[in-house]
Amino acid sequence: MTLTTEKQLEMLRSMQTIRRFEERASDDYQAGAIYGVVHCYIGEEAVAVGICAALNADDQIISTHRGHGHCLAKGADLNRMMAELYGRQTGYCKGKGGSMHIADFSIGMLGANGIVAGGIPIVTGAGLAAQLEGKGRVAVSFFGDGASNAGPFHESINIAATWKLPMLYVCENNLYSAGTIAADTLALSDVAARAAGYGIPGVVVDGNDVMAVYEAAEAAVNRARAGQGPSLIECKTYRWRGHTERPGQEDPRPKEEIEEWRQRDPINRFATSLMEHGLLTEEAWQKMDAEILAAIEDAVKFSEESPFPEPEAALEDIFAES
Amino acid sequence: MQKISYAQAGSDALIEEMKRDPTTFHLATSAADELVNEFGSERVRATPIAEGAFTGIAIGAAGSGYRPIINWGMITFSFVAMDQIVNQAAKIHYMFGGQAKFPITFRASVGGGRRVAAQHSQSPYSMFMNLAGLKMILPSTPYDMKGLLKSAIRDDNPVISFESNRLMGVEGEVPEEDYTVPLGVADTKREGSDVTLVALAWLVHEGLAAAETLEKEGVSVEVIDPRSLVPLDEAAIRASVQKTGRLVIADEAGPTAGASAEIITVVTEDSETFAKLKAPPKRVCALHVPIPYSPGLEDHVFPDRDNIIAGIREVLDAG
Ligand SMILES: Cc1ncc(C[n+]2csc(CCOP(=O)(O)OP(=O)(O)O)c2C)c(N)n1
Ligand SMILES: [Mg+2]
Repeated sequence: MTLTTEKQLEMLRSMQTIRRFEERASDDYQAGAIYGVVHCYIGEEAVAVGICAALNADDQIISTHRGHGHCLAKGADLNRMMAELYGRQTGYCKGKGGSMHIADFSIGMLGANGIVAGGIPIVTGAGLAAQLEGKGRVAVSFFGDGASNAGPFHESINIAATWKLPMLYVCENNLYSAGTIAADTLALSDVAARAAGYGIPGVVVDGNDVMAVYEAAEAAVNRARAGQGPSLIECKTYRWRGHTERPGQEDPRPKEEIEEWRQRDPINRFATSLMEHGLLTEEAWQKMDAEILAAIEDAVKFSEESPFPEPEAALEDIFAES
Repeated sequence: MQKISYAQAGSDALIEEMKRDPTTFHLATSAADELVNEFGSERVRATPIAEGAFTGIAIGAAGSGYRPIINWGMITFSFVAMDQIVNQAAKIHYMFGGQAKFPITFRASVGGGRRVAAQHSQSPYSMFMNLAGLKMILPSTPYDMKGLLKSAIRDDNPVISFESNRLMGVEGEVPEEDYTVPLGVADTKREGSDVTLVALAWLVHEGLAAAETLEKEGVSVEVIDPRSLVPLDEAAIRASVQKTGRLVIADEAGPTAGASAEIITVVTEDSETFAKLKAPPKRVCALHVPIPYSPGLEDHVFPDRDNIIAGIREVLDAG
């Protein structure tokens, strides 16, 4: 199916929003306004946006430690995201979570997660709920190449395949898990090949081509909604920045490799293609970017003006009130 | 004597012991260049992110004549390997009637203060103390780190080394020559006569600062660092409390069923020590909550030197 121009421009906007959000988050982290640890998704934006473009508002996703992109692609609010990074009361988690733990259950974003592969069984549970409910909703697990070596991935995908859960397992293969080369930790060249071992479809897509990701997602979503069970989609991509934004962190990746992948910028590629098809002008692109930057500036202002939580709030939310 | 950091002391212990014993090898989700260059990629392996599997692999290799050293990274990631730790490593020697030895060292960082929220700010040593069959060390200085870690590696049992995030950059004197610090021997980090402060890891340093402040008010604080939690030097703790008559425990972990609770019991269950108590013991611990991200929240949750001073004053006021 060809997407409307409007939808494609929305996808471009979403990708650029992720990039600009993280550029700002990184700056503000270096400046000390954001604390702890920040993992950037820059370079991988086409994966989150291409997948989420194939979803409905009531479909659910789960994220990883590198979660900003998934949140924004699913429609999270910039103000509440930035405020969470700023540790403020108005943040998504009232300042309890920070960058690694943003969730917005109201939009079907079940949370970023500090434990590699920790989210995979949880979102498989959302898939079970969707199946039980029987309204055709689907659930999507985003995870890294590193996570695909962990037990929860294999155990969950086997259960989902057996029960025909309406699931997408989306592996963001950025070729590294922290400082370790992915190829040193699995004997296959494609994570997608593992799908065969569980009796489900597995496809490899160019994770820097948002339309290719979208098409793979659409096919998998249709299959899931039709009750035919889960699919594994492996998106080959690359992160441009270090594993985290912590200064002085070693990055074992060759400079040339990073440069080569920067040349395959998923955003520039998509914008250029839209222009070639006469769907976007340079002027409109500039305007879109300016609007995004303004929205992020507003989010920072919102965060700065928001109060920090009262210290005693540390004792709230341990249990739900029932 | 050379001055090195707590983190360096750990690396030095590891390298010296790996040189000393060719049956040692190292597994972690990343392979440090420093180690690979020294020992090669046979003995220093980067594993997939599969803590359950590589923890079990260590158990099997240990039972087959090797001496694995595992770095889980943060203690957080060890939870993925709970079956192998709880059901296997802790019980395997006993359950099979002592037939084989399982000399394994598990290293893991613990503690908070880094604004990394609930999953990455944990000090769950009492969860492991609750299992019979695991030893565990909790060093507070570079000297203790190196000496204890060497003992852990040489020990013929599974030993967990809990290493405090907050202390990684702290420097201290460490001898150039080979030495070990035995497991189960507490260290009196400061002598005193009015109150015994049993402090763990980072809080040893906060406790020493608190003792310094209180000295100016004429209060003499004895700071005891157990250094290993299993075995625990119960005799040293009791002896100190018998001398001072008062006990405060400072721990970065929460109080509930914690090392702090165990230490109080060690004191109060012993009638001789109990009889010498002039006041109820006091715990200065983290609040019993998951650790929050925002700085004001996190600082509210963790105890520091001021909380220790307040705790000591409370005990002094009580008798
Ligand atoms: C169970 C577990 N083990 C180790 C870690 C430490 N860790 C955090 S991110 C990471 C690498 C993850 O690699 P991958 O899944 O490929 O995701 P990427 O960072 O490349 O997006 C590791 C080892 C963790 N968070 N959880
Ligand atoms: Mg990766």
